[in-house]
Amino acid sequence: MEIAVISGKGGTGKTTVAALLGVYAAPVVMVDADVDAANLALLLQPRIVTEEPFYGGQVARIDAARCNLCGSCEDVCRFGAVAGGVVNPLLCEGCGACYHVCPAGAIVLEPSPDGYLYGAEGPYGPVVHAELSVGRGNSGKLVTAVRQQAREMAGRGGIAWTIIDGPPGTGCPVIAAVSRVDLALVVTEPTRAALHDLERVVDVVNHFGVPVAVCINRYDLHPEFRAAILDYCRAAGLPVVGELPTVLEASRALVAEKPLCALMQTKLALMCAQMWRRLRELMAASISCD
Amino acid sequence: MIIAVASGKGGTGKTTIATALALAAERPVLFLDCDVEEPNAFLYLKPELTVRRPVYRPVPEVDEEACTSCGRCVDACAYHALLALGKTVVVLKHMCHGCGACAIACPTGALRETSHETGYVEAGRAGAITFAHGELGIGEAMAPPVIRAVKEMYPDWEGTCIIDAPPGTACPVLEAVRGSDFCLLVTEPTPFGLHDLRRMVEVVRALDLACGVIVNRCDLGDDRVGRYCRAEGLPVLLRIPYLPEVARWGAEAISFVARLESWKTQMAALLGRVEEMLGGDRGHQR
Repeated sequence: MEIAVISGKGGTGKTTVAALLGVYAAPVVMVDADVDAANLALLLQPRIVTEEPFYGGQVARIDAARCNLCGSCEDVCRFGAVAGGVVNPLLCEGCGACYHVCPAGAIVLEPSPDGYLYGAEGPYGPVVHAELSVGRGNSGKLVTAVRQQAREMAGRGGIAWTIIDGPPGTGCPVIAAVSRVDLALVVTEPTRAALHDLERVVDVVNHFGVPVAVCINRYDLHPEFRAAILDYCRAAGLPVVGELPTVLEASRALVAEKPLCALMQTKLALMCAQMWRRLRELMAASISCD
Repeated sequence: MIIAVASGKGGTGKTTIATALALAAERPVLFLDCDVEEPNAFLYLKPELTVRRPVYRPVPEVDEEACTSCGRCVDACAYHALLALGKTVVVLKHMCHGCGACAIACPTGALRETSHETGYVEAGRAGAITFAHGELGIGEAMAPPVIRAVKEMYPDWEGTCIIDAPPGTACPVLEAVRGSDFCLLVTEPTPFGLHDLRRMVEVVRALDLACGVIVNRCDLGDDRVGRYCRAEGLPVLLRIPYLPEVARWGAEAISFVARLESWKTQMAALLGRVEEMLGGDRGHQR
């Protein structure tokens, strides 16, 4: 069973919630699918066992010896990546339009080094995380690669649960993180912005046919918006599986030498244990309905 | 002068800072919310939105009469957005990056580009602030075309422009911050904030942009971010302590500069300082 923890809005507490749920889900494969700002490993501090480069696509290079500076590659590139006979790899999307249009055969398409994929041993099971090379595209593909490796590790270890710490937003990495998971847990907070973002991300998850549950973090921040979130969830038929209070010690726990241990000392730990129980019941109920 | 507010990590306070800068500015500014996956700045600035335009991205359409099912378009597509099915070619619109390689590869001119609606942009005014934002359609994967459309709303703007960038360090961030004169990097003093700040600094350096750092909730963590900034020669322009009332106003999308005059002065001074760092009126020459 795969659970993706997402949020729409950034900074609502996805990583903290995912890590604390993992404690109770153990043995569990923990996956960091926020590949362009990956933080889960900072919390779990796993021992890295494997490291492999990730090639998500291709990148164009112009062979200066063959180039006759005709400029047709520059005209055809829709990403503004070619200028003066040189490709800017940060802007190149590896589509190959330049390759097809070049009359001199001067364009070389090479595998694009888009990041690294790590397999690691964490405190309660395997941890799979990745780092997208800065500014690269293909984050969705890297998320898919991370999830693929996580599935292999789950299969090899006979591990029933996988928890995916997802990215913020609603675009390609989010779609890659939630596609075909068994449940998306949306972590929100009682703010106008987070409520707006919750509605959008639920629409996206529904679009891909994935069931949703909601966790309200810092529920005590604003009673009216908390009520608005509860109303919205009731109307949309979304189960609220947990409400967590503002715990400033949780922010401070992150700077401890053993951040996960420090986090376990806060009252969030017990509350996440309850949330995990509700999530399990919810998923067991949905299986028996199917 | 174009100032982009970015962070790497989500939820550090980008929108809070960006909107506060716009509200504190002593001259009219242009505000572009480039977080098109989750746009929130309009909640703070409450603009009257008078313009709404769909954003399209090009996708190919197959003329079955002209198609000889040679398969060259399928081979040419780097994104696996074209699928040969028997004698026809099927276009998977959500995979398409709109690069046009398939049409170039097609020997019979059977691929024609049509427009696929991928989101929309809106624009209007909030007092002295000229405002634009965009929203990526539900289920649409690629934010950059909508971000580009937001940035193209006011091509002739010559004064100060503030860009609210999306979180992360991938292509949407690059699209949002490229072309800026200055990048304000908002972080928090935790290992998460530091890790994502480091990555964002790499982006800024790859694009050769000037930058400065704002440490938000500066009292909820340690000094590793400060030490990193000193070691890297990055100016820390502002430290903002955690204030429960600011968090509550933020929940209601009320800017702290609307409530705390002293912070309004500080944010205006920050704008002035950035201008100074850029060397006078460089922005007006753009």
